[in-house]
Amino acid sequence: MLRLLRMSSTSTGPVSTTIRQKLTEFFNPTHLEVECESHLHNVPKGAEKHFRVQIISDKFEGLSTLQRQRLVNKALAEELKTSVHALRIEARIPSEYEGQKQVDPPRCLGGGNR
Amino acid sequence: MLRSVSFARTLFNSASFNAIRPLSSESARVLTPELKERIQKLVQSGDVVVFMKGTQNQPMCGFSRNVKLILDLHKVPFRDYNVLEDEELRAGIKEFSDWPTIPQIYVKGQFVGGSDIFVQMHQEHEIAKFFDEHGIPSKYSETKKPNA
Repeated sequence: MLRLLRMSSTSTGPVSTTIRQKLTEFFNPTHLEVECESHLHNVPKGAEKHFRVQIISDKFEGLSTLQRQRLVNKALAEELKTSVHALRIEARIPSEYEGQKQVDPPRCLGGGNR
Repeated sequence: MLRSVSFARTLFNSASFNAIRPLSSESARVLTPELKERIQKLVQSGDVVVFMKGTQNQPMCGFSRNVKLILDLHKVPFRDYNVLEDEELRAGIKEFSDWPTIPQIYVKGQFVGGSDIFVQMHQEHEIAKFFDEHGIPSKYSETKKPNA
C-alpha cells in the first residue's frame, strides 16, 4: 500500500510519462517499469530528476550490458539532456526475467547540493 | 542474435533517432580540444579511474559510493576525480564518454560504465574475473595461487 502511494506521487508526471512512451515505442518491451525516485534524493518535492527503469525486451538479445544501457540512454537522450539527472537501468531479454524486482537504489548522500 | 544487433544498428541510424538531439547538442558542445586532451590524460592516469561526486574518502552520492565500496571490497586502488569541484570536467566527461551520468568508471583507459553495470557485475560475481581479464590484481582474483 505504501509502495503504491509512493509510486503514484510522481511516476505519473510528465517526464515519467514521456520516458514510458519512448521506451515502449523503441523497444516494444514485454515488461516495463518506470518509476521516479526523486523523493529519495536531496531535491525539491515533485522533482522528476531520478528514475529507475526495468525493461524487458528481445531487442537486447546479443548485446552486452553496456550496449543495452547505451541504447536506453540513446532513446532517452532528450530527457537526459534536459531534466533527468540519474537513471538506473536494468535491461534484460525475456529469458533473463523471472519477475524479479529491480534492486533498491543506494542511500542518497546529498549529492553535494549541486 | 543477429536480428537484434542489426536492430541496434538500425535504431542508431534511423531518422527518428537522429532527429533526437544527441547527448550534447551543437550549441552546448563543451569538449574543446584542450579539454579532450586533459580528459584523455585523466582516463589514463591510473589502471582504474572513477569520475565521481565527492572523493573516495568522502563520496557525496550514493551511486558514487557504491562504486567505491565495490572497488574497496576487491582491494583495487583507483584514481578518483571529483566532478563537484570541476564543472568543466563534469560536463566534459559526459560528452567524452557519450554517457549522461556520474559516476563513470574507466579501466586501462577504456570506459566500462556507471554504477549500474558495476553493481550488476558485483552481484553476478564477475568483478574478480573482470579484473583478471584486464591484468589488475584484486583480492578475489581467480588467478591467485592458493596458500600452501
